[in-house]
Amino acid sequence: MLGRSANHLYWMSRYIERAENTARILEISQRMALLPHVAKKGASEWQAVLEIAGDVEEYKKRFGDITAAKVTAYLTLDRENPSSIWSTIRAARENAHAERVSITSEMWESLNATWLEVKDLTPDMLGKNGQRDFFDWIKERSHLFRGITFGTMLRDEAYNFGRLGTFVERADNVARILDVKYHVLLPSPTDVGGVIDNFQWGALLRSVSGFRAYHRVYHDTIEPSRVTELLILNDSMPRSLHSCLDATVSLLGMLSDDKPTEAARLAGEVHASLHYGKIGDIFRTGLHEFLTVFLARNNALSAEIQNSFHLAA
Amino acid sequence: MASAFVPLRVNGKARAAPAPVKKDAPVERDARPAPIPAVKAAKIKSAQVKAKAPAAKPAAAKAAPRIAAPKAALPKAAAGVHKPVAFDEMTSFAGSGPVTPEKVREVYRVFAEWQATVPAKEFERKRKEAELLFRRLGITFLVYGKESSTERLIPFDVIPRIFTADEWQIIHDGCCQRVRAINAFLHDIYHNQDILQAGRIPAEEVLINPQYRPEMQGLDVPGGVYVHIAGLDLVRTGERDFYVLEDNLRTPSGVSYMLENRNVMMRLFPDLFSAHKVAPVDNYPAHMLESLRGLAPGVSNPTVVLLSPGAYNSAYFEHVFLADQMGIDVVEGQDLFVKNGHVFMRTTKGPQQVDVIYRRVDDDFLDPLAFHRDSMLGVPGLLAAYRAGNVTLANAIGTGVADDKSMYVHVPEMVRFYLGEEPKLSNVPTYVLRDDKDRAYVLDNLDKLVVKEVHGSGGYGMLVGPAATTKERQDFAKRILANPGNYIAQPTLALSTCPTFVAKGIAPRHVDFRPFVITGKTQTLVPGGLTRVALIKDSLVVNSSQGGGTKDTWILEA
Repeated sequence: MLGRSANHLYWMSRYIERAENTARILEISQRMALLPHVAKKGASEWQAVLEIAGDVEEYKKRFGDITAAKVTAYLTLDRENPSSIWSTIRAARENAHAERVSITSEMWESLNATWLEVKDLTPDMLGKNGQRDFFDWIKERSHLFRGITFGTMLRDEAYNFGRLGTFVERADNVARILDVKYHVLLPSPTDVGGVIDNFQWGALLRSVSGFRAYHRVYHDTIEPSRVTELLILNDSMPRSLHSCLDATVSLLGMLSDDKPTEAARLAGEVHASLHYGKIGDIFRTGLHEFLTVFLARNNALSAEIQNSFHLAA
Repeated sequence: MASAFVPLRVNGKARAAPAPVKKDAPVERDARPAPIPAVKAAKIKSAQVKAKAPAAKPAAAKAAPRIAAPKAALPKAAAGVHKPVAFDEMTSFAGSGPVTPEKVREVYRVFAEWQATVPAKEFERKRKEAELLFRRLGITFLVYGKESSTERLIPFDVIPRIFTADEWQIIHDGCCQRVRAINAFLHDIYHNQDILQAGRIPAEEVLINPQYRPEMQGLDVPGGVYVHIAGLDLVRTGERDFYVLEDNLRTPSGVSYMLENRNVMMRLFPDLFSAHKVAPVDNYPAHMLESLRGLAPGVSNPTVVLLSPGAYNSAYFEHVFLADQMGIDVVEGQDLFVKNGHVFMRTTKGPQQVDVIYRRVDDDFLDPLAFHRDSMLGVPGLLAAYRAGNVTLANAIGTGVADDKSMYVHVPEMVRFYLGEEPKLSNVPTYVLRDDKDRAYVLDNLDKLVVKEVHGSGGYGMLVGPAATTKERQDFAKRILANPGNYIAQPTLALSTCPTFVAKGIAPRHVDFRPFVITGKTQTLVPGGLTRVALIKDSLVVNSSQGGGTKDTWILEA
């Protein structure tokens, strides 16, 4: 298929995944902000959100101080912020529009309908309670689109490039959530194990749909090292880094007809560190250091995918 | 082009993500408004309409115009009264009073009986349903605005326009003949120029025409086919009177509406459909693909692509739709490159050779090395690959020379010269103001005529005589005299009307018709076409940018 078409599908999926994850992050942050001790240090909590999902400097230039309401507005319906849910849905839809030949009409209609709904929304239309509904709705639309894709699309190159975008983006987002949340959640070692802390780790798990999974896997109280193990190394957990890389490696194999490409090599290298890695070792080198390296390699992988498959002219 | 998208965040920094916007994409030439303007004063009241309009020969003309009398007298404005009497597709010349069964032409009899049983509310419901279907399918065209472009629907009218098999035969034979002659003409002027040497068409009109492409001189195109896809705009003025208003020979659009209108109609009115024997149009894409593949340069399994200006072109929906129906890729200029005289497209598995390009990009933008240097839409080196015979372009480069308004008047002569036949379809009488006699006549009759610029489009630089003030006409006369060669004039034709569902119920509205002629190893005219309708009462402007809509067109099988 055309490299440009593959590029559109790759980014279409990345943007949808990004919209979903931004909704997840905001949802969980709002929930956490309701806790008294978090509310106290509210600014740093919302700064963390900005670091995950936006551009802190650009934000400060435009809005000044960091408040829950402003950050939420900036990341949901802000027209100028290219990372807002509004902008990512639009970008996903524009990519789909350019590739209407490669996707099914059901996929197009669903994504187009999502855009038509989001297009004219304003912050006051969401209101205070409406925000939670909005986040749920965005997640639902993302699930719906994935389901339609799964159920209607021919399993060809176009399908695989779309899937590839989903997993590359998801790995990036989950790593960011872990990295930033970890610092906020562990202000000092003495806090660990408190009731509040437990709640916060629970909230983090919920933000990646991992709360129930945690209990099924560990049958035990929530502990930071297990949470990170679940989200980094567990290959049965669909949003873990390991799962994302499993899928990425297999997709790259199919897309390159199992011929060696630099993208496949890079993905294999990252995959090996997750497949054979131990959580104890990761903590010894430092979780933040591990995630920083992971994010850099994931970015390099994305660039190499564009290169190996001639995605950009 | 730079890569279309960049990751929004690299190491936590957000970056702008530009969509692959190409707002400089030119609207295809075809997007001109219909050349015949509205006649403001034409309010037809049943009392005023007696029967067929009197033969309106310009008898009062002081100087006899050069034009031969048309086959049938045009029911245009009678002397002094600018109220064209239009032929109605359903009731012939019965006038605009209530439609009684005895007025209805045989071809509409079943429809009229069915219509009588359907309440107006039902039509409104169907109209809404159709609109929903079109919107869901995304059959939209782009309208450019200051800040953003919006997607609009072309209004769809739920009442079909119906032709008999006999009427279709006239259109079919006439269009095929005309396109055959045009292809012969294009081959000739890019080779020996016999027609110019014989003095049948003034050489300077061809050779200094900006659409004449010297680059095509002496080049043999596969099968001698220049115009693979032609869209001819026809108007009807009587029972068997069809006139060609315009030949669209560059990148004609509209065929997707022919196909989708049919789909929607079959869905909306299955009962009405089964009561008629409507000839199918669905095989248009198959014919088109066959024609494109058949003219590939000596390859057994040619790769065919559709070259589009991109997602921001107003006709992008059609590009995607046709490519999808033919199972070929839609490419943009940036997806193609030329190496060693061959054209390749950039695929995920590396370069793949392209053999046939169905291009929806105008000549000027095809190759920045040969034409507009700043075009981002084209492929550098494409002309060289084309001249080397390594790729087929459909339509060929340089077909525009045969379809501008100054060349239009010569098409009947092309038919006689190349085919030795009389034209089966007439031109609308056209006065060429370069000609002294024509000019004298036109200047005396400005109040009855429409004057247009030869190379004009978009309705600019046009005088609608009957609707203009005396002062406007006087001013325009001065402009004509300053540069007569730049103008032509035509009578204000009474386009036929067709029953159309409008706010007040079903009423006659003016229509035109664009069938599409495919030429490959053989010629094909799929039985159907695009009927455009002026939804505004008495308006003769069928163009979608000015309130025009479309209808499904039925050809009944004999």
